[in-house]
Amino acid sequence: MDNQTPAAELVDIWKRFPGVIANAGANLMVRPGSVHAVLGENGAGKTTLMNVLAGVYQPDEGTVSLAGQQMSFTKPAQAIKAGVVMVHQEFRLIPTFTVAENVALAGSPSIIAKRSIEDSVAELADRFGLATDPSREVWRLSMGERQRVEILKALWQDAKVLILDEPTAVLTPSEATELGRVVTAMANDGRAIIFISHKLDEVTEFCDEATVLRGGATVASSLPVEELDAARLAELMVGEATEVSVRRTRTSPVAEPVLEVRNAAVRDLHGIATVADVSLTVGKGEIVGIAGVAGNGQRPLADAIAGLESLESGTISLGGSSIEGATPKARNAAGLAYVPEDRLGVGLAPRLNVVENAMMRSYRSMTKGPFIDRSATQTMCEDLAAEYKVKVGKFDAPIGALSGGNLQRLLVGRELADDPKVLVAAQPTRGLDVQGVAAIQQIIVEQSQAGLGVLLISEDLEELLALSDRLLVMHEGEIVAEFDPDTTSRAEVGAAMAGAH
Amino acid sequence: MNEETLIGLFLSVIEFGTLLYLAALGELIAEKSGVLNLGVEGMMAMGGVAAFWVGVETGNPWLALLVAIMVGALFASIHGLVAVVLGADQVVSGLALTILGVGVSAFLGKDYVSQAPGARFEALNLGPLNDIPWIGEFIFGQSIIPWLALALGIITWFVLTRTRIGLVLRAVGESASAADSAGSPVVLTRLIAVAIGGALAGMSGAYLTMSLAPGWSEGTTAGRGWIALALVIFGAWKPGRVGVGALLFGGLLALEPRLQTFGVEISPILLSMLPYVLTIAAMIALSIRSRNRPSAAPAALGSTYRREER
Repeated sequence: MDNQTPAAELVDIWKRFPGVIANAGANLMVRPGSVHAVLGENGAGKTTLMNVLAGVYQPDEGTVSLAGQQMSFTKPAQAIKAGVVMVHQEFRLIPTFTVAENVALAGSPSIIAKRSIEDSVAELADRFGLATDPSREVWRLSMGERQRVEILKALWQDAKVLILDEPTAVLTPSEATELGRVVTAMANDGRAIIFISHKLDEVTEFCDEATVLRGGATVASSLPVEELDAARLAELMVGEATEVSVRRTRTSPVAEPVLEVRNAAVRDLHGIATVADVSLTVGKGEIVGIAGVAGNGQRPLADAIAGLESLESGTISLGGSSIEGATPKARNAAGLAYVPEDRLGVGLAPRLNVVENAMMRSYRSMTKGPFIDRSATQTMCEDLAAEYKVKVGKFDAPIGALSGGNLQRLLVGRELADDPKVLVAAQPTRGLDVQGVAAIQQIIVEQSQAGLGVLLISEDLEELLALSDRLLVMHEGEIVAEFDPDTTSRAEVGAAMAGAH
Repeated sequence: MNEETLIGLFLSVIEFGTLLYLAALGELIAEKSGVLNLGVEGMMAMGGVAAFWVGVETGNPWLALLVAIMVGALFASIHGLVAVVLGADQVVSGLALTILGVGVSAFLGKDYVSQAPGARFEALNLGPLNDIPWIGEFIFGQSIIPWLALALGIITWFVLTRTRIGLVLRAVGESASAADSAGSPVVLTRLIAVAIGGALAGMSGAYLTMSLAPGWSEGTTAGRGWIALALVIFGAWKPGRVGVGALLFGGLLALEPRLQTFGVEISPILLSMLPYVLTIAAMIALSIRSRNRPSAAPAALGSTYRREER
């Protein structure tokens, strides 16, 4: 198929946003009937480039061609019509609609005969091995099934170029393997698949060629995946081979437990069990890692420890005293610090300014009569920014304007300011650049050496293996395995994450 | 009580049911597209005064009805412009529409207070059907409007569940971003749904001033727009259930002035509270049912849609 016209070709794409150049001369050439990986770090410009191809953004410079025809899309509907469909990371499905209704929304006759639509959807699904029941409502489906519905929608629109934005992020390993088969079936049908990822193993398994982006530009285009290995890929993505993770020497077996969770169970608003019978202990100066595929109960567990979610049963004790019924404020006072997964929204209030965000935990101690002592909070915030190297332009500007790394340093700094006993950190380095990751990891390691007990919830296995003293694995709301990071392997932990026993 | 008073009661149940059903059906369509319009009372008042005015001036009931429908749709489009296009708060804008509608209709209608109606829809002559005992009188003895309301209910159900237009309308009300990414026009769909909602509220107002209680006076809608709003929730946003609820709530409205004749010693004020009590009970039942599943309310109800910008 090598001599065919490319299914999609992007040449020298530039896209600027206020203060950011997202694409700086990016190129991409995708052959029909092939699976093409687009790789790059967070912020390398992958998503922007795909949005240009899918008609969400118009490029400032550069050309987009489909099957040799130059295109200029002004909205996604035009791109869809031309055969470019993107499956976004956040699914755009309507939970109360059935699978068939969601698919029909992408295109249907004026009068909808329920049975015939369901039959055609089932037929299309069978053709590509997308096991699904067209009459089921989407809210009843797992994340993997929902993704199949999104892919069905794209096929229903007869997508010639199908863009999958980090499709495996929400999948269990077995669902990911399943997806690989579907992707291959679609490519064999003559369609071009663009597979955005940053996981090398998937790329070598599913894809034919790879294009690597760095800093908004293409650094390697259409490399056959056989020529890629982990070291070469890391070099291409990061620029130079660097030791990214902070290493630490592990503490000896811990004497004094600071956080003890016993038989904790949590149900969500709809009564579905999200955490089931979890018991864990974090010792003084110990870092306990929790690994798991997203959505296996890590977030409700962290929220329950922090007091943002109530326990159905079980106990939590902090430094020996029971806190499971206490308010978040009382838990803070007892020595608990929490860096939530959703740092801008739960952790920080995006529209409040930097000082107001910084004083959220401690404002009660900085008052003049009934009023807040503005000069004291200002000084406190400036000290905090200096200590944790937060680059702040204006202290009275909304905090949402700070970059991810700065936000997280400020949040972590605020939480650690009054010397807590325990830090619960959920995805503390997700979405940060290399320096940002290193800075946060450094803080966590230093603080633990000073005696802080840390519960580190992360999806980054490298980070967990490098930092943790003990590594627990969560699957479907339960702790299913415990590993010693020095003796275990990625494969072993990965199998536990997938629910293999 | 005798046969005649009972037939009179049933006749009145269907009349009040029709009044509530038309307005509630309109609100259901708007809410299914994700737009809450608290202006029902105001839209009914505007439709009512317009119909009465055209009726007096021309004597043509069909023209009066048509004008009321158009006035309702146009008046509702103020809400469409403010809340859907400009993205203002739907609650505030809807309340403003009620206050404005009640006020403007009182002003426009002041010369028509206590005038005799110029046009009305007569009871249909269905020949032998009218001779059937009981139902010949209170079902087949109605004017054309209750039959129109029934037909509109069936059409609404069909369009919402069996056509592409209905699918898009529901999608827009459930998740505007999902509908938008599927290429459906969010703002246009909502504007049309709000206008149709106003048209039906206007029709309901016209039925009130031309048939149910012929005449015009300030405040003639007397809170029935609010009952229609409650009815949409009571009927869980389903045209059929809203229809059943309309008969139930219509029954309460019809009973109110008759309690004394029946010799029942309940305050009519207590009775007029019942629709709201029933609605609260229905909401409790709905939320208990939706503990393990999504709520019956359209998920995007009350929210403004703005396409995400970077």
